[in-house]
Amino acid sequence: MEFWNDPITTMFNSLLESFTSGSMSVATATVLIYALGILLFVTFAMVLDIFLVWIERKVVARFQDRLGPNRIGPFGIFQPFADIVKLLIKEDITPIGADVVLFNLAPIFSMMSVLLLWAILPFAPNMVGVDLNVAMLYLVAAGSIGTLSVIMAGWASNNKYATMGAFRTVAQMVSYEIPMVAAILVITVLAGSMGTVGIVEAQEEWWQVFFLSAPLTFLIFLISAIAELGRSPFDLNEAESEIVAGFHTEYTGMKFGLFYAGELLHSFTFGGFIALLFFGGHRFFGLENLGPIVGALIFIGKALFFYWVIMWVKYTVPRIRIDHMLAFNWKFLTPLSFILLMVTALVGRLLLDSAWLVPALFLSNVFIGWMTVLYLKSHERKTREAEEAKSVPVAQH
Amino acid sequence: MESPWIYVGVFVLVGLFIPIAAIAIAAFLGPKKPNAIKQSTYECGIETVGDSWIQFKAQYYIFALVFLVFDVETVFLFPWAVSLNQLPLFAVFEGIIFILILLAGLVYAWKKGMLEWA
Repeated sequence: MEFWNDPITTMFNSLLESFTSGSMSVATATVLIYALGILLFVTFAMVLDIFLVWIERKVVARFQDRLGPNRIGPFGIFQPFADIVKLLIKEDITPIGADVVLFNLAPIFSMMSVLLLWAILPFAPNMVGVDLNVAMLYLVAAGSIGTLSVIMAGWASNNKYATMGAFRTVAQMVSYEIPMVAAILVITVLAGSMGTVGIVEAQEEWWQVFFLSAPLTFLIFLISAIAELGRSPFDLNEAESEIVAGFHTEYTGMKFGLFYAGELLHSFTFGGFIALLFFGGHRFFGLENLGPIVGALIFIGKALFFYWVIMWVKYTVPRIRIDHMLAFNWKFLTPLSFILLMVTALVGRLLLDSAWLVPALFLSNVFIGWMTVLYLKSHERKTREAEEAKSVPVAQH
Repeated sequence: MESPWIYVGVFVLVGLFIPIAAIAIAAFLGPKKPNAIKQSTYECGIETVGDSWIQFKAQYYIFALVFLVFDVETVFLFPWAVSLNQLPLFAVFEGIIFILILLAGLVYAWKKGMLEWA
């Protein structure tokens, strides 16, 4: 029974005992067990990634009224394995004039930045890689490595389209990091903690989930997460109809596969972060009390749901223009997210430990949303009237 | 768990190892027959002209500058946000004034037309 209540610690202790029974020191054994555990964990992530490829292809097919892969295995479930075999035996081409070191490092960094996020994903209270006390800063930092890898890929490819994709990435991912950090700050204010476990603990009852305390922040986080992922409507860095394939134009074989797999796993990971920050992580109306394994399954289910939401947005909304993309971020999302941060800090501090905290936060969000819509309407009307006044009136007869 | 950063360090190593292993296996299995045409830059179908490290729009640089201001300052907000519930109410107003100064910078950049993509 002890195993089912806390599988990770139980396994860790029994392994530590058997390792240190020889001449090995505790420190060496700990690092060795860490390495083994992480290898297992990351392998799980990669296997999940393989199925994410299948889910992605199947879901996009359904959105576009097609069948999708359906030849290999039941419902085409073995299609991604065939893809992997194909990617493995493809020739690896490095273009002439490419910066070889950066060119090869870029896909590695892209995958690593995603895998690093898995260190702080809390699948259940005691099934978390590491409970960092600065997990939210770690999330932003690991995300920046992903941006760096895109810039490296674009710069090192010796290809004008790839360079252009990299420039767009600088503008986009870097800009959308601001509202994302502000959204994370709102959650930090509400939870009083930057650790992932602390944030999940703060959402103990179903009405305490931060989606109810901060619905607008949830929308801002979702939008900026999609932009950080570089998925449509924010896929300007790839933009296959404009700049070939953007930053990974020159990549072939497994290196391209790493970019692709990294993108899908990144989407799933951000689905997990949305579940953890706004929907109580592994909690689902008391079902999580059955044990950490059930909690982990609930967490994966929630993450898959938000992965599906991100896919839904991707295959529904067309790509936006770069000036619209930047104006939307700097003139709308950034001011709004900081206003939300100020209001949340004030309301949260004034009504600390009060039963009215959640309703007050919810109502203040509704109020801010309403004011924003009113402002946007009046702004739109003013712009339209200014343009109508500018245009030459038709001659009257 | 003595230090969580040991775990993160091991995670970085494993995170580097997995993609390197994938690329190494692919390099081992795949054919290696390079030639000049195959390795030429793929752009739009006709031959590439000039260097790819071209001049780029200065606007990218300006957005990066505006970002830098915000990103550095938001790091200062994290300790404030974590300990907000233990601090006196005065600290909330201090934080709000700090954010307002940040937003004043954004408004300045906005009024100067730095946020226009022209």
